[in-house]
Amino acid sequence: MCTICGCGEPKQDHGHDQTHAHGHGGTADHIHFGAGDAGTSVPGMSQSRLIQLETDILGKNNAYADRNRARLSGKGILALNLVSSPGSGKTTLLVETLKKLMGTVPVSVVEGDQQTSSDADRIRATGAPAVQINTGKGCHLDAHMVGHALDKLALEEGGIVFIENVGNLVCPAGFDLGEAARVVILSVTEGDDKPLKYPDIFANADLMILNKSDLLPHVDFDVETAIGHARRVNRKIQVLQMSARTGDGLDGWLDWLDGARTMQMAGRKPDLAAE
Amino acid sequence: MHEMSLCESILDILKDQAARDDFSRVRRVRVDIGPLSCVEPEALRFGFDVVMKGSLAEGADLEICRPPAEALCLSCLKTVPVRQRFDTCPECGSEALQVTSGEELKIRELEVV
Repeated sequence: MCTICGCGEPKQDHGHDQTHAHGHGGTADHIHFGAGDAGTSVPGMSQSRLIQLETDILGKNNAYADRNRARLSGKGILALNLVSSPGSGKTTLLVETLKKLMGTVPVSVVEGDQQTSSDADRIRATGAPAVQINTGKGCHLDAHMVGHALDKLALEEGGIVFIENVGNLVCPAGFDLGEAARVVILSVTEGDDKPLKYPDIFANADLMILNKSDLLPHVDFDVETAIGHARRVNRKIQVLQMSARTGDGLDGWLDWLDGARTMQMAGRKPDLAAE
Repeated sequence: MHEMSLCESILDILKDQAARDDFSRVRRVRVDIGPLSCVEPEALRFGFDVVMKGSLAEGADLEICRPPAEALCLSCLKTVPVRQRFDTCPECGSEALQVTSGEELKIRELEVV
């Protein structure tokens, strides 16, 4: 058998030219086996082909995120993705914020943790609606999960949806949830070099909140150093300092929220680099 | 980031593409992983074989390409190579760099049957 085209002719070379009589199927053009890398062909094994793509691996998440974003901005709702290490004070900050906003602004919360509904319970005690997402083994929220959570919320016009991500300074960095802005919370007990050690999450944030400022006298944290590091990985990042527990600096955060919400309702992405 | 779930995303893309382009097996997947993307290439390689087992891409080769990371220096206006986010400009020493490429996470080519 000819090992070039698999026909029954015993001779190796019987002229594989354009007039070859065998029909190997496909188009009218001659299909020439043996033109692959090895220069030969084994019956029964197909030649491979190449497909060129430009497919974003995170494309599916980004599509869900875009859907969330369109849904929220269509109602002038400000959605914020709150990220931080575990224990930075995100939930306390949220509870104190909700106490100030309840009754004046429609607010709701999407809570992300591996297990338990402890955080959602604390939120609900303020009167604000909360949906708890338990990720199980998962280390971050993604846009698909958040989309499902939004289905369970009333989503009133001009409101704020706070998305409290899983406590993790690494993984949430790469996952767009459809938020209008991302807020990274760094507590002063964590060390002022965190923006350099975990650059991705600071690079993607719009606002950095330095929390637990009441503990500054007791730790070696240098505020200017931390801000300098954060600006090095993200020139546009805004900074607020506060103590969620004592309330110091909370007014600055409420002003920021008010400004961001006003711009969201006006239909624009908050220009968070503006001072 | 955690590369296992990225491999699952790659598998979803392969399945979609198989239906669109009519192939049944994948022999090789070439991906671009930018140095400033949130991905560790070796962790991706580790997860790939595990996730592809039993699928149309079982045993496929994973070829990882690293396109260069670049930034525009807002001081000297040159486009310069960078290795990490807080590099300074190799031309003028400024810290005012704006990343222009290097965050890619893309499938670029498939070898299929």
